[in-house]
Amino acid sequence: MIPSSKFSYSIQAARRSAIRLRAANACAYRAGERQRLPAFQLALLLPLTLAAVLAASCAHSKGPNKTEIQDTGSDTMVNLAQAWAEEYAKVDPSVSVEVSGGGSGTGIAALSAGTVDIANCSRKFEPQEIATATKNTGKTPKEFLVGYDALAIYVSKSNPLNEITLDQLAQIYGEGGKITKWSQLGVKMPDGADQIICVSRQSNSGTYFYFREAVLGKGKDFRLGSRDMQGSKDVVELVANTPSAIGYSGMGYNTPTVKQLHVAKAAGQPAYAPTVQTTLDHSYPIARPLFMYTLGEPAGAVKQYLDWIASDAGQKIVLQSGYVPLPKAGK
Amino acid sequence: MHQLPKRPGIAILAERAIEVLIRLCGVSAILFVFGIFFFVFREGSHFLFHGFKFGEFFLSPEWYPTSESHVRYGALALIAGTASVTLLAMLIAVPFGLGAAVFISEFCTPRAKETLKITVELLAAIPSVVWGFVGLTVMNRLIIEVFHTPIGLNVLNGGIILALMSVPIIVSIGEDALKAVPDSYREAALALGVTRWQLIYRVLAPAARNGLLAAVLLGIGRAVGETMAVLMATGHAVKIPSSVLDSVRTLTATIAAELGEAAVHSDHYQVLFIIGILLFSITFVINLTADLIVRGVRRG
Repeated sequence: MIPSSKFSYSIQAARRSAIRLRAANACAYRAGERQRLPAFQLALLLPLTLAAVLAASCAHSKGPNKTEIQDTGSDTMVNLAQAWAEEYAKVDPSVSVEVSGGGSGTGIAALSAGTVDIANCSRKFEPQEIATATKNTGKTPKEFLVGYDALAIYVSKSNPLNEITLDQLAQIYGEGGKITKWSQLGVKMPDGADQIICVSRQSNSGTYFYFREAVLGKGKDFRLGSRDMQGSKDVVELVANTPSAIGYSGMGYNTPTVKQLHVAKAAGQPAYAPTVQTTLDHSYPIARPLFMYTLGEPAGAVKQYLDWIASDAGQKIVLQSGYVPLPKAGK
Repeated sequence: MHQLPKRPGIAILAERAIEVLIRLCGVSAILFVFGIFFFVFREGSHFLFHGFKFGEFFLSPEWYPTSESHVRYGALALIAGTASVTLLAMLIAVPFGLGAAVFISEFCTPRAKETLKITVELLAAIPSVVWGFVGLTVMNRLIIEVFHTPIGLNVLNGGIILALMSVPIIVSIGEDALKAVPDSYREAALALGVTRWQLIYRVLAPAARNGLLAAVLLGIGRAVGETMAVLMATGHAVKIPSSVLDSVRTLTATIAAELGEAAVHSDHYQVLFIIGILLFSITFVINLTADLIVRGVRRG
């Protein structure tokens, strides 16, 4: 277990508020849309906002030869995006990539406000979100596939369960689902606790959206009463500390203190562990593409950065970060 | 009659300027309160009058702000969450806080008094996110072990954390209230031969009633408004609690968790502001009640 992981809560909160602040002031100053800025924020955070305005206004012209790329969004992808940014600093020292997380929704909101260069997204933009971004900025978001992630189902190390089907997951998590106890899955917990503790994500995370669509079915909802965590890492951590919990999170967040279940499409079919192989050959049923979005056709440093990400050097980092790189032929 | 020496014009002007400045400082609190209320109300007002279902909001526990098929904004579970955590926190904090205030003010030696006051102030200085860590890590495991529950992030955890956070406020304001009771009251009572206990509940408690009430109400205000610590300690689950060992989600935590990513001016965003209006109204009613009680006490 990583000791610093206990602090992920505060770090994420700080990250999120920083993004909010940046998004708010840049809205007001760039798009010139007064109504997008909640005025009470301005009143309360005037000094902070001014500081952030200064920071934002010099963000894109930091010195004559230092280009800065703003990259915000998916919490699932934040570690990966950070790894890319660090490696790219060695490839092209004149470009610095600023990465922040907060959730796919945050990235989408920031991109459609025109405040970031790249939005990381663990789900596709909805048509309505593309329309909003086009309306606000005059440019259509362009999608880049940068890798894949298998959504792993985590349980505690002490849980005897090894396999689960999509239908069972839907019964555990879905509204009106029938499974609330481990004994219904044929499992006897070592400490006798029978109730399943569902761990989920906050309602605007890309992972939450993907799980809802892929596991519960289109138009379905989660059952209320799950513990809704703010980050991918928090889910894994709570599962590690809670023997009778089950949670879903990116495969890259695996730790030695939890167990990833093998997932089967339906009862009687073979179950697969989330690995690079099973993701690429589509045998693992809940794997999803990871995207980066730009406003319009990227140019200059942003284009070079995205090209580098798609190259072998960039895709090597995907594998190192615990995700699944793009298949060679598919490029 | 001697004519006063004429003051230079600049001095008069400077004095005026300072007067205006001080007056501005005085009214700024009112301006800010009304300003905040106005802006929170404005952000949520459009939806409040167009399409907002009061019945659903107050009576339904179904909170599905981002559902694709059926969006529901039922805040009953969130209101129950805030109410249960606050109630438990006050059940713990009020006896402990007032007891500690009485002890610090009446019973201990000056040396112990100084030490205790400094320690209590230190307790008040701990940031709420640190309390959240304590809830998430230490208390979580402790509750699992002691109560044999599957998860330790629940009303009990949040209540204890909130109680620990509001005790310092209750102690320091309560102690100030007791200190403000003139010593002549104590001397007169002791001269009549009362015991220490009688002195406290027959003389000091009625005399310091307003201050003690203010202490308790400020403690409640702190508990209702606290966000980060309860977000981490209560488990953040939309559910009406049936026991103190159930996970809940509070109004404040919902705003904190969802406002950042809700699209600006969407229905979801506006409902979060309506929750803000609700929170504002709750604290307003608490303060107003306190004010009325205090006035009633004075008149009687």
